[in-house]
Amino acid sequence: MNTEQLIAVIHQIAEKIEAEKAFLTELDNVIGDGDHGINLARGFGEVEKKLDSLKDKEPGDVLKSVGMTLVSTVGGASGPLYGTGFMKLGGAVRGKDSLTVPDFLAGFQQAIEGIMQRGRSTKGEKTMLDAMIPAKEAMESTWNATQDPKAAFAAGIAAAKEGVAFTKTIAATKGRASYLGERSIGHQDPGATSFTMLLEIVGGAV
Amino acid sequence: MVGFVIVSHSAKLAEGVVDLARMMAKEVPIAAAGGLEDGGFGTSFEKIQRAVEQVYSDDGVILLMDMGSAVMTAEMVLESMEDKKLHMADCPIVEGAVSGTLSAEAGSTLEEILEDLAETGTMKKLS
Repeated sequence: MNTEQLIAVIHQIAEKIEAEKAFLTELDNVIGDGDHGINLARGFGEVEKKLDSLKDKEPGDVLKSVGMTLVSTVGGASGPLYGTGFMKLGGAVRGKDSLTVPDFLAGFQQAIEGIMQRGRSTKGEKTMLDAMIPAKEAMESTWNATQDPKAAFAAGIAAAKEGVAFTKTIAATKGRASYLGERSIGHQDPGATSFTMLLEIVGGAV
Repeated sequence: MVGFVIVSHSAKLAEGVVDLARMMAKEVPIAAAGGLEDGGFGTSFEKIQRAVEQVYSDDGVILLMDMGSAVMTAEMVLESMEDKKLHMADCPIVEGAVSGTLSAEAGSTLEEILEDLAETGTMKKLS
């Protein structure tokens, strides 16, 4: 994936988030502070305004700029978390003109580690990590077995969706939902949901 | 004198904490960074950055945060201003602001204040 293709994917992500803004916010209304969709849509709206000026940059710089814009403009926890994720992904692929599946997987791992550190969180706390970590593991094993990008993304997306379903079954121990404790059981995590949307868009472009 | 920045999801809460701290510590540089640029709930990277610049001196600045994105966004501001003496305090925001600013006004260093603030969270109100 080169810069032009990457920018097209980011446009699609922004459109998807804008379209799903109400749904994501509704999920967050139940167990959070009800701003996930609105915040992400504001952030990606600002990202879209910058994309034209990034056409001549390498993919890693585009990703870093996306991350920095999200940090500055989202306004909720998804800003520092997605922002850190995009910045780490960008840093991991520095110097490359085009991204391969192994590049993406290496960056994905860095993004997960960055988000774990930023949120002081780990798997099983009802967060985006419950979709991200299984998705990365499934993508990696499928890629290693098949060397097929489409199959790898399909496996990652399926695992992310399972991760979202898993978040329904557990109580939150991180984020605003943790104040609800057991009452958060039965509701899916908005961050895991939005991450799965992002991965579906990227997978659709492969 | 050590300065303070109050980071909250709510503009009113941040400003209220600043006002409360100023009741006793009148001279301390303290700024509010609450809510988003448009006044809505949330935390703004740029607002925090501006508040830090407003109260900064070589004695340093301590940031007090409410929760969640306030903590994470403050942390990212610190990382973006690595050359400056900035620290986050792990303490209740109201009690920490009052005790920290009083301590700063009495001439304590940033390190001494941080040490005191670490104790603030363990103080009991009803015993």
